[in-house]
Amino acid sequence: MNIIIIGNGITGITCARNIRKKNSDATITVISEESKHFYSRTALMYIYMGHMKYENTKPYEDWFWSKNRINLIQATVKHLNTDNKSIQLDDSRILNYDKLVLATGSIPNNFGFPGEDLNGVQALYNLQDLAKMEKNTINISSAVIIGGGLIGIEMAEMLHSRNISVTMLIRENAYWANVLPQEEAQLIGNHLHKHGITLKFNTELKEIQSIDQLSVHSVVTKQNETIDCQFLGITTGVKPNINFLKNSSIEIEKGILVNEFLETNIPDIFAAGDCAQFRFAKTGEAPIEQLWYTGKMQGETLANTICGNKTTYDRGIWFNSAKFFDLEFQTYGKVLPEITHEQESFYWAHENGKISFRANYNRSDRSIIGFNFIGIRFRQVIAEQWIREQKEIEYVIDNLKQGWFDPEFSDAHDKKIAKSFSSNPIN
Amino acid sequence: MQDHSLSIAKPTEGLLSQKIGTSLIAAALLCAIIAAFGQGETQSVLFFWLIIVFIFAGGIIFSIPYFKAIPGIKNNGIMHSPATNRGGIAWGIGILMTGFYIILYWFPNYLEGLIRTMDPLSIILRNKTSDQWFLYGTLYTLAVLVMGIRFIGKYRSNRYQVLRTLSVMFFQLGFAFLIPAFLLKLNQPEFYFSYFWPLKYSYLFPNDIDYLIQSGNIGVFMVFWGLIMTFIATPILTYNYGKRWYCSWVCGCGALAETLGDPYRQNSDKSLKAWKVERWMVHSVLVFVALTTALLWLNSWKNGTILGDASGLFSQCYGFLIGSVFSGVIGTGFYPIMGSRVWCRFGCPMAAILGLFQRFKSKFRITTNGAQCISCGNCSTYCEMGIDVRAYAQKGENIVRASCVGCGICSAVCPRGVLNLENLAEDGRFESYRRQEDK
Ligand SMILES: Cc1cc2nc3c(=O)[nH]c(=O)nc-3n(C[C@H](O)[C@H](O)[C@H](O)COP(=O)(O)OP(=O)(O)OC[C@H]3O[C@@H](n4cnc5c(N)ncnc54)[C@H](O)[C@@H]3O)c2cc1C
Ligand code: SF4
Ligand code: SF4
Repeated sequence: MNIIIIGNGITGITCARNIRKKNSDATITVISEESKHFYSRTALMYIYMGHMKYENTKPYEDWFWSKNRINLIQATVKHLNTDNKSIQLDDSRILNYDKLVLATGSIPNNFGFPGEDLNGVQALYNLQDLAKMEKNTINISSAVIIGGGLIGIEMAEMLHSRNISVTMLIRENAYWANVLPQEEAQLIGNHLHKHGITLKFNTELKEIQSIDQLSVHSVVTKQNETIDCQFLGITTGVKPNINFLKNSSIEIEKGILVNEFLETNIPDIFAAGDCAQFRFAKTGEAPIEQLWYTGKMQGETLANTICGNKTTYDRGIWFNSAKFFDLEFQTYGKVLPEITHEQESFYWAHENGKISFRANYNRSDRSIIGFNFIGIRFRQVIAEQWIREQKEIEYVIDNLKQGWFDPEFSDAHDKKIAKSFSSNPIN
Repeated sequence: MQDHSLSIAKPTEGLLSQKIGTSLIAAALLCAIIAAFGQGETQSVLFFWLIIVFIFAGGIIFSIPYFKAIPGIKNNGIMHSPATNRGGIAWGIGILMTGFYIILYWFPNYLEGLIRTMDPLSIILRNKTSDQWFLYGTLYTLAVLVMGIRFIGKYRSNRYQVLRTLSVMFFQLGFAFLIPAFLLKLNQPEFYFSYFWPLKYSYLFPNDIDYLIQSGNIGVFMVFWGLIMTFIATPILTYNYGKRWYCSWVCGCGALAETLGDPYRQNSDKSLKAWKVERWMVHSVLVFVALTTALLWLNSWKNGTILGDASGLFSQCYGFLIGSVFSGVIGTGFYPIMGSRVWCRFGCPMAAILGLFQRFKSKFRITTNGAQCISCGNCSTYCEMGIDVRAYAQKGENIVRASCVGCGICSAVCPRGVLNLENLAEDGRFESYRRQEDK
């Protein structure tokens, strides 16, 4: 069996590794344009900040690939020919496959703002962007970032580490308020402010200005405020990277359409990770998942299917994590920015403004739905188990200590949380 | 509402204090050189104070920005700076430290002037004039204290880090510096209650034991202490807490590595090859010291009839190769290039024994939190023992490794809260996380 995987991100590589684990004969080739070896995209910010070098972000040593007989080709795939099962690379080489995995990831959204091509205006997705950012931020003093999401805040921290003053333009009324409940959004906003980041809420970009027509000089917001900057970070989300498939017979919409087995409309062609779009997403689940974790799970599931054990993708109980400057964030289950009528939400925050806890539960049977933790590390197994077993909120609050994962000697806040819970009239 | 009264931090505000701090340390170095050239002999008190005050003041001023910043570990710029990323400054410091060890061990006469500057302190503490080892002990302790303060500033958001650093500072100052000095003052054997065989190999050599027993009740207690610590306390503590109880909370070598060596922890080699070399080396040293000890006892039991002087030669060899060259010159001098725990990782026989316990019979492990790892690599990068922590974490596996000294830095720097040092029931240490959906 000759398997070609396009994309050496977490999805493609997880798939390749798991195929090799199950099948020692298959020929496995991974083609990717960005870098020869798999590296951790999530660590891009740490390279810029000098915590790590590129080398440190590679999860496997370079000998790993030949030892596991995974062929690596650094090239761009230009065309896919589904009729004779072949792909064409940018150097005109044509390769045949028996099975093809599309794991091409994302590209940054752009909205065609006038001035988007000026020097100093950029997004952050890959190593090339990072190199550009390195160049764009030499000897500059101020930057503006549009978009209040996860990559935006990472960019803010990156720039801040080089003493560049940062203003973030955020469309919502608080940081990441389309995902986080108000309290958490504000807590994080305050923390950013303490670090010297200026946040402008309910603000959108109107215009990018330049004096020399070469590089960005300032931006104008919809409120007609002008902000000087020599760098403009655009972090308004990503979309599937599928341009090279536009003229192929693969069915695409926003992403590559797949069923629950990650199969596309063409036999023997699969898609997974950031670039895939589920035809029939379950209610409450997004059709396109753009996360490290989901890419990894999809890659693993797909390896099963390719090796003959047809497996449905099941993302299981939702979880995610992030870090906002010094604040660690973990979430388990479904915590919506605003609860529904059937739900209740209990929130507790430490007076130091850096730690908070939220538990959402069903009003009727008091079963737990999900958690948000800021500044608290919590055991995934415990959180998942409680959500799966629909434990009552009272049980959860009484047993919080079981899930505590903070380093030894840290203050545990379970008692304070329990006290606050029992003294809260609505509970 | 945003709270506008809060202070707004700038990351490079600390630049000035770091410049002043480094300049003062350089001044201390200059004074030390002048003293070594002879001035120390004529003006020992002056140079003593100059050196001590410059080092302390420099270190503390250097550390101020860490305490002023918002708590949270920042490794900004470490891979960019020539001081920490094996650049010119790092090589310079490495050569300076290596050179200092070579002079100290084999050409102490060049340091005569510097040794004399320590006389005032030596006389107060030990009632005798200073020698090269007292000079070394004083500088060593100073380094642990001053760099310990820096460490606490940098990692102060994490209480485990603060407490274990206070602990090594305490043991270094009290058990490895003041108490041995006072013992000398009281005409008792100079004994380090915080070092045991096989790290302090001679404590179970027949000569040392004879000598201690002959020097009276305290000496007998010391022999007893050494035996209890090596054969009873060590296994029990390691079973319950892992080797960290010693390596990261008590040991003086660990103390220097964690404080003076902290800026270099990222330079340890994480490759599989390095791990292979490490296992061979560290266990060979253990065999070497065990063999040496056994031979010495055999020889003394047979009154020197079997081996004659050969066993003495063996122990001299060990002392030279391992005790001096490895633990001192390479172990510390190479910090800036090979990472802070060169000795602990490749050479320390104590670490080897503790590691065997930790790997095969201990409640200690680093737990990986489910599937939360994003493979970023911070943990592996900042593991001073060169453990590829990420390799385990990204598979949802716990980390159970002989060499882990339990410094807790991997857990502290992980941006996703994935790792936690724990002592839990022994079974289940190796269990890894599987999603319910995949079972
Ligand atoms: C800065 C940043 C931080 C992030 N942090 C987090 C986080 O903390 N947690 C989290 O869950 N997620 C995070 N994400 C999202 C996460 O990194 C992505 O969801 C994940 O990397 C997607 O993996 P993938 O394998 O599907 O695609 P990718 O990692 O994008 O890999 C696809 C690869 O395919 C290559 N490719 C595409 N088209 C072609 C072609 N035609 N020919 C050849 N090669 C091609 C691309 O060059 C790319 O290297 C972050 C993303 C960014 C940008
Ligand atoms: S694995 Fe973690 S705790 Fe162990 S030595 Fe390495 S960094 Fe320290
Ligand atoms: S630091 Fe944390 S998230 Fe990063 S690789 Fe290590 S365990 Fe994973």
